[in-house]
Amino acid sequence: MITDNKGLSLQGINKTYGKVNAVKDVTLDINSGEFFTLLGPSGCGKTTLLRMIAGLELQDSGSVILEGQDITRLPAIKRQINTVFQSYALFPHLNIFENIAFGLRSRKVPEKEVQTRVQEALDMLELGTMPNRYPHQLSGGQNQRVALARALVNEPKVLLLDEPMSALDAKLRAQVQVELRRLQQKLGHTFILVTHDQDEALVVSDRIAVMKDGQIIQFGTPEEVYDLPKNRFIAQFLGAANLLAGRFHDGMFHTDIGPLELEGPPPWERGVIAIRPEWIKLSDTKPEKNGIKAKVSEIIYRGTNLDIWFEPGAIRVRSSTYKNFKIGDELWLDLAAEELVVLNE
Amino acid sequence: MKKINLLVNTMAFGTMGFLYLPLMAVAFFSVNNTKYGLSWKGFTLDWYIKLFHNEVILQAAWNTLVLAVVSTLISTALGTALAIGMDRFPWPKKMNTALDLILHLPVIIPDIILAAALVVAFGFLRQVSSLFEPGLFSMIIGHITFQVAFVALVVRSRLISIGKDIEEAARDLYASTSYLLWKITLPLLMPGIIAGAMLAFTLSLDDFVISFFTAGPESVTLPLFIFAAVRRVVTPQIHALSTLVLFVTIILVFVMERFTRKLNTK
Repeated sequence: MITDNKGLSLQGINKTYGKVNAVKDVTLDINSGEFFTLLGPSGCGKTTLLRMIAGLELQDSGSVILEGQDITRLPAIKRQINTVFQSYALFPHLNIFENIAFGLRSRKVPEKEVQTRVQEALDMLELGTMPNRYPHQLSGGQNQRVALARALVNEPKVLLLDEPMSALDAKLRAQVQVELRRLQQKLGHTFILVTHDQDEALVVSDRIAVMKDGQIIQFGTPEEVYDLPKNRFIAQFLGAANLLAGRFHDGMFHTDIGPLELEGPPPWERGVIAIRPEWIKLSDTKPEKNGIKAKVSEIIYRGTNLDIWFEPGAIRVRSSTYKNFKIGDELWLDLAAEELVVLNE
Repeated sequence: MKKINLLVNTMAFGTMGFLYLPLMAVAFFSVNNTKYGLSWKGFTLDWYIKLFHNEVILQAAWNTLVLAVVSTLISTALGTALAIGMDRFPWPKKMNTALDLILHLPVIIPDIILAAALVVAFGFLRQVSSLFEPGLFSMIIGHITFQVAFVALVVRSRLISIGKDIEEAARDLYASTSYLLWKITLPLLMPGIIAGAMLAFTLSLDDFVISFFTAGPESVTLPLFIFAAVRRVVTPQIHALSTLVLFVTIILVFVMERFTRKLNTK
């Protein structure tokens, strides 16, 4: 099957290991030049999917199409796709220069071109001073840049990144995320990142596919996925969410903490809605609609904001105003209708 | 606590003594200026000099060396290939367990059983070709049969410690199978291959049982010679010979240790 998609297209990919369905009927179109993220908890099949794109694993059925060309049957060495491995998998017996040059040398690129291209890659990733060092002499962050340079020097049509930041500490990770995003925008290559870190996904991606149990459950820009989570899993996996269960009748959604007005009728009678903690407004006076009177039960100081827990219903509110709340204070919660997300389950 | 320490130390030194005193005694008698008796009669290197003028011993030493070098080279190549094939080919799980068992068997079964089996096998093969008459050729094959398993075990443990990530990375970077083997797998395996070869070499050097069952009249090795000589009388020449063999072994172990450490730190 041929599509006009200029990027990478996955069609009906399936993979089982023994009795486990690692990847179930995944169909995806990834645009050329896009930073795409596969997000999901460990064991959701995202790495397996990535390995099938790389050609390191063969799917049971389905096809992989790159720039309109069917590469399903091509092994890894024939695909213009390179990978940054979670462990970096640098060659310990080769120095940094030879590590980066490996992909060029194995395709017998002329020596002169190897020299210039490796030098460019070294400069681009600020590794210029260490071409003669060995991987074990470098820090984790430096090794990660070597792994990136080693893949990018081949000018892949798609760069795959398998949890490349899991070995870095939190501060360095935040910095590398931004650098990676800038690098991708500068180069304009297609990047596909696999991660279980939702912050990372939101920071770097143009689009995110959330995976669970081998399936893609939601797919869209970071804003779409964060603002309109489709179901309970995504609402809780991406950021924090208050979930309210109840019944919809007589034009109102009836929950344990009281009736709420929705923007429109939900597709079910009994179900769950979500609201993010930072979307709930606090006030001393009763809001016009959807006001809930609640009592402060716990206050957690988080530096940039406060997390305040309310009874009844264990509702969590994230507030950036530093009012002097005390445990036991009674307040009005404003659960505005436009902030309530109807989950479909 | 002090008492326990004393006990542990005594045990440790006792064990060391138990292991090394007989060897030191051999070295001691090899430079003792008397043919009989256990008393010290002055220092001499006569026995070593005589050793190097003994045609039979020199021939045996040569045979031992040829046997060890040739069998080690072949078994190292075969054992390495076997290890790579076992570890990197996607065998089904049951097959993997079976292969594992087959690999460990030659290490566990007594030499004497393997030797007897070889005698039977060579008996059959002799009907096909006279190559399989008792002699150096048969001994080489005999030694290879048990060395291969040891080499494969050592190389395989190294393969497992390297992991598959690095090879996948090389494939992802367009390396063909042969390029991958020469540039990545073999260089990374080298410490394991050398350790395996050294082990095979020392095993061949001091093997008696397999050699005894497969040797011909022209292919006496040092262990066989020492065995035959000791049955008559233990001469100081034998002590000198044993001391030399011991020295060679110590040097080998030392070199191997240094070499693998150097490669591992790289």
